[in-house]
Amino acid sequence: MSADFLYAIEVLLNGLMAGVMYSLVALGFVLIFKASGVFNYAQGVMALFAALTLVGIMNGEVPFSHLINAMFGTQVHDFGWHVPALAAIGLTAVVMVFFAILVEKLILKHLIGQEPIILFMATIGLAYFMEGFGDMMWGADIKPLDVGLPKGGSIWIEENTAWLGGEGQRFFGFFIDKLDMSATLVAAILVIALTLFSQYTATGRALRAVADDHQAALSVGISLRAIWVITWSIAGFVALVAGIMWGSKSGVQFSLAFIALKALPVLMLGGFTSIPGAIVGGLIIGMGEKLFEFLAGPLIGGATENWFAYVLALIFLVFRPQGLFGERIIERV
Amino acid sequence: MKSLKIAALAAGVVALAAPAFADLVFPSMSYRTGPYAAGGIPYADGYQDYMTLINERDGGLGGEKLKVVECETGYNTQKGVECYESTKGQGALLYQPLSTGITYQLIPKVQSDQIPVLTMGYGRTSAANGAVFEYIFNFPANYWAGASGIVNHLLDINGGDIKGKSIALVYHNSAYGKEPIRTLEELSKKHGFTLTTLPVDHPGQEQKSQWLQIRRERPDYVLMWGWGVMNSVAIQEAANINFPMENFIGIWWSGSENDVRPAGAAANGYKAATFHNVGSDYPIFDDLKTYVFDKGLTAGAGDQVGTAIYNRGLYAAMMAVEGARKAQELAGHANITPQEMRDGLENLEITEALMDSLGMPNFGPSFKVSCGNHGGSGDVGIQQWDAASDTWKLISDFAPVDLEVIQPLIDADSAAYAAEAGITPRSCN
Repeated sequence: MSADFLYAIEVLLNGLMAGVMYSLVALGFVLIFKASGVFNYAQGVMALFAALTLVGIMNGEVPFSHLINAMFGTQVHDFGWHVPALAAIGLTAVVMVFFAILVEKLILKHLIGQEPIILFMATIGLAYFMEGFGDMMWGADIKPLDVGLPKGGSIWIEENTAWLGGEGQRFFGFFIDKLDMSATLVAAILVIALTLFSQYTATGRALRAVADDHQAALSVGISLRAIWVITWSIAGFVALVAGIMWGSKSGVQFSLAFIALKALPVLMLGGFTSIPGAIVGGLIIGMGEKLFEFLAGPLIGGATENWFAYVLALIFLVFRPQGLFGERIIERV
Repeated sequence: MKSLKIAALAAGVVALAAPAFADLVFPSMSYRTGPYAAGGIPYADGYQDYMTLINERDGGLGGEKLKVVECETGYNTQKGVECYESTKGQGALLYQPLSTGITYQLIPKVQSDQIPVLTMGYGRTSAANGAVFEYIFNFPANYWAGASGIVNHLLDINGGDIKGKSIALVYHNSAYGKEPIRTLEELSKKHGFTLTTLPVDHPGQEQKSQWLQIRRERPDYVLMWGWGVMNSVAIQEAANINFPMENFIGIWWSGSENDVRPAGAAANGYKAATFHNVGSDYPIFDDLKTYVFDKGLTAGAGDQVGTAIYNRGLYAAMMAVEGARKAQELAGHANITPQEMRDGLENLEITEALMDSLGMPNFGPSFKVSCGNHGGSGDVGIQQWDAASDTWKLISDFAPVDLEVIQPLIDADSAAYAAEAGITPRSCN
């Protein structure tokens, strides 16, 4: 096989796995939109906040230490302990549940019955507040994150695929990032768990009922407020997973909040209400943007990925406005 | 009579409204919040700590206290311009905007307001031509000097010959990231290396395509003009494809601890250009401890001391103070004006003896500023990351760059700006 063909396959495989990383972010948006019709602008910042909290707990950092030191002239920075990654993930998940309760009590409860745009505005405010709050709580420095996930290219895959190029071909074997493989595995487990939860548990059925029709769900005694807390908690956990994956790559830093930008075309393409849509949308966007960059990038100067993802999503929108898997809403006058 | 009273009243109001310039005011356009705060905080801390040191140890400069007016820009151009407008009336002597975007917006404003701006290692490179840019300074080094300095380093480690070598430039897809391309193209013609350019869109969290291309094409060296998250992702991706770190060299904005630490041990050997030294093993840090840190006057949390960008802030403040010192000397009085500050900067000479006396031996290159040359010597050094000791090490001297290539580019670009802005270059003879 020619090296160019093999490299195209390599780009495609890496695009699929990059797409999984986008899907992890998009999933959080879908969960909240499905349950409450709210486009949660704060989802990217939730991933940042969750990752900051995780690193803070793992390293035994004292929350608000800068503030405490400035106010009381102390020099406290950390507790001097190190929490194992799994325990820290568990504790962070608890923090995210607490966060969901606060969001419901302080914001959503007061906005029941308001237009979706009002709820959207509230999440914009929430995003900026959380960014500043996270900064104050954990500091603005870049924090390396290592929860034990493997990193780097897989040498085994590289060595065992190098022969595909044959004699005289400049092919070095497929490059597959072990972190991306881990993300794919985690995303698969996450989607299966979410599907099982929503299909086979009473709470999951209640979530689906609320997603289908708020009024009908309320009429059969489902507590909308409890459902919102559960939904935001799950979205918080998904944000934590996304934060771990992206933070392991770049360190936990405030630009993690920008990962939401990578989720938008995925949502446009996959639909705002479908979990499989978020996954398939992510795969198509990841694969499409990487292949386009590989094929057309050198001809037009490169850096095509950001805009091409949106072009791809727009093309799909023209033919399926509700996205690939979104619900088709027809309102008759 | 009535009009006389009104005139007297108006004069009184104006007199009351006019600020009292008792201190030497140095606005610090900082960004302690937002996605780039990790780079903005150490710089602002270093800048302020140096000014505090001068006040506490020396009682100010020529008897005048130094006053740092900090204004948060969030690395946002619009906010930066607002900071300028809101602080210039306080008697600001010198601005250091710490952002190329803000600098570009301020250039026409400061030229008409006659307030000097110093952009160390950023901003408009051709501002080195003081005949056109009377109030803009960019010593001791600019992006084109950085590009040339890196190529000089490659020449050094290749016995003076890089003909046939391949170099890839991974750059932030912005005006900043594109700055070195022209210079590198000229240098590639001169030295016979091939240049491939790989843009990365902001913010740079996803760079798989670029690094897969590097893996396919296997360039001998990769250069980087990045900022923020782009840097740490690039270093991690380079490690992922097993690119030799010692062949990966960034510009100074890709050379802080923040950029290398996330990749852990895999970042060991990564290099970056620099125009100032690294670490805290200088006498000035003893003075900072005595007069600033131990007195509880530290700017910020005090946890950034000795980091690459803290040192840059410290160095920037040192330049401001030495420029003001020279201005006082030339003017013959301590309470200088911005125009006199400009004269001071224009006559600044940084020598090794001066750096020694300031407790900063070999902290940066020796250079001289003049009416025509606002960019200094442009000498550039190379630092390398040692992951085991978690420190940068300077592995070369601050060496001269290729002015034969750079100067014509500066002349051409500044001439184009002068024509566009309707400026008649002043005579610097």
